[in-house]
Amino acid sequence: MNGKLSDRAGTAPALNQGEPKRTFLSTKKTDALWGAFFIAPQMVGLIVFSLIPLIMAFAISMMNWDGFGAKTFAGFDNFVSQFNDEDFRTAIVNTLYYTVLTVPTGIILAMLVAIGLNKVRGKIIYRLIYFMPTITMSVAVSVVFMWLFNADFGLINLYLKEWFGIQGPKWLTDTRIVMPSIALLSIWMGLGTNMVLFLAGLQGISSSYYEAAQIDGATRWQQMKNITIPLLSPTTFFVTIMSIIGSFQVFDQSFVMTSGGPAKASYTIVYHIYETAFVEFTFGKSTASAVILFIMILSVTLFQMKMSKRWVHYEDQ
Amino acid sequence: MRTTRINPAAIALHIVLIIGACIMAVPFVWMALSAMKDLSQVFVVPPKWIPDPFVWSNFKDSLTALPFGQAYINSFYINIIVVVSQLITCSMAAYAFAKIRFPFREPIFIMFLATMMVPGQVTIIPLYLMMKNIGWLDSHLAIIVPASLLNAFGVFLLRQFFRGIPKEMEEAAIVDGAGRFTIYTRVMLPLIKPALSALGIFTFLGMWNSFFYPLIFLNTPEKFTVPMMLNLYRGMYATDWTLMMAGASIALIPVLIVYIIGQRYIIEGVTLSGIKG
Repeated sequence: MNGKLSDRAGTAPALNQGEPKRTFLSTKKTDALWGAFFIAPQMVGLIVFSLIPLIMAFAISMMNWDGFGAKTFAGFDNFVSQFNDEDFRTAIVNTLYYTVLTVPTGIILAMLVAIGLNKVRGKIIYRLIYFMPTITMSVAVSVVFMWLFNADFGLINLYLKEWFGIQGPKWLTDTRIVMPSIALLSIWMGLGTNMVLFLAGLQGISSSYYEAAQIDGATRWQQMKNITIPLLSPTTFFVTIMSIIGSFQVFDQSFVMTSGGPAKASYTIVYHIYETAFVEFTFGKSTASAVILFIMILSVTLFQMKMSKRWVHYEDQ
Repeated sequence: MRTTRINPAAIALHIVLIIGACIMAVPFVWMALSAMKDLSQVFVVPPKWIPDPFVWSNFKDSLTALPFGQAYINSFYINIIVVVSQLITCSMAAYAFAKIRFPFREPIFIMFLATMMVPGQVTIIPLYLMMKNIGWLDSHLAIIVPASLLNAFGVFLLRQFFRGIPKEMEEAAIVDGAGRFTIYTRVMLPLIKPALSALGIFTFLGMWNSFFYPLIFLNTPEKFTVPMMLNLYRGMYATDWTLMMAGASIALIPVLIVYIIGQRYIIEGVTLSGIKG
């Protein structure tokens, strides 16, 4: 469709101004030039700040290098050494634990809120409030939650004691509780985005399905189980992938609130990448763990895509 | 259409939604109110919500305790440059991908999409080394230039909008003797203003909140951006909760203003990227 348009791009002014008619070829040529001109800035950005660094990353991951001195070829040593590194293993386990804590809960909560909000009055105001944590600065939010989570005078424990007589846990200083605490904060922060996506998904479900179901005498619960949830599955699929990718990259909250502690209990993969690169200056090892992260993200995404055929229903199928 | 009939199910739903809204909003309310408290009111049990008296000087103190004002200026000018240049470069590329036929258009576009899959942590060390080599470490250029020149998501988002513009619009302009560049600036850009607003707001929020990249590229506190300054603050005044809350409030004000003004665009943008992603 664009081709026809481009052809006319050359001929139309010619008709008006009585210039010699341009050939197809020259139009194609000018289009190529204009295309190159328009994509040039982003193309330069893509090559210089994404493609070249990506190739460099694979090269660096196979070197022993501190980024300043001599480099020696290490082959896959860095990858092997990462898996033998206790910190790295801790980081992987913590990150996966965090993913298990945040992703399912986050998705189910967001779906429930979206279903609740879908047809309710005052939807816009609720949406405004629920979405607010999503757009705010993770550092600022972490600072606020450091206080809320404080074991001795944080708001949560004070009210737990005041209202229920419960001595609240040491949210950020107990090795067993710290990751669930960070997960809580992340679920709170991420609810808005997922909710908006589910709301959009719900808008896309035709009301005729519900009308037909009502005629057949389906209960609310049956409608939800047989119409809403299956027809939301493309959204659920997208939200799941995005949530997992996001949770694999968790960093800001544990960096600001706990510095990865106590006893590395909130030490994550990106924290490890940061630490090995910019504290220990072992660039080869750090890049190797970044590449492992990349492979993890890629395989989870591909696996999800493969699995999606079994549970994702598109309306036109 | 609207009945005043009281529906118990609807009331129950509203109660649940209101409790949820409180959970979402309480941290912000607590932050804002605590920012105006005297330190002695912080440890009162049960917690006191309303400051008595209001201590406005916390805001001033938190701005002067560290070069917070400078961080504000840094963040603002970095943001303005990045937002403006992204709007220009992304819309140019998006226009070409949507409306101009040129060799290798599809493979190049797919390459753009593919880079969205690469997590930033993979390229951060090579970028760090590049910046070191050209002497941009501890310079705002290390943050501004890559962000200005590469936003694959932005290109993708705007391309979706350009594709929705009927070709008759372009044809009419061509009949009037307009060239490619005139069509782009005079016809196309005005037509995708809502998309440009959405992208501008997204970029602003993303840049304003961004922490990882500045953390790695910047060293001197005078060059810090707002989130970094807040983090520095936390390290130095960890026990002065009122000042920290004042700092956090100040850091969030621009975000909240942009959110309130642009929430329609934000929601649209999230929806669009999700559905067509």
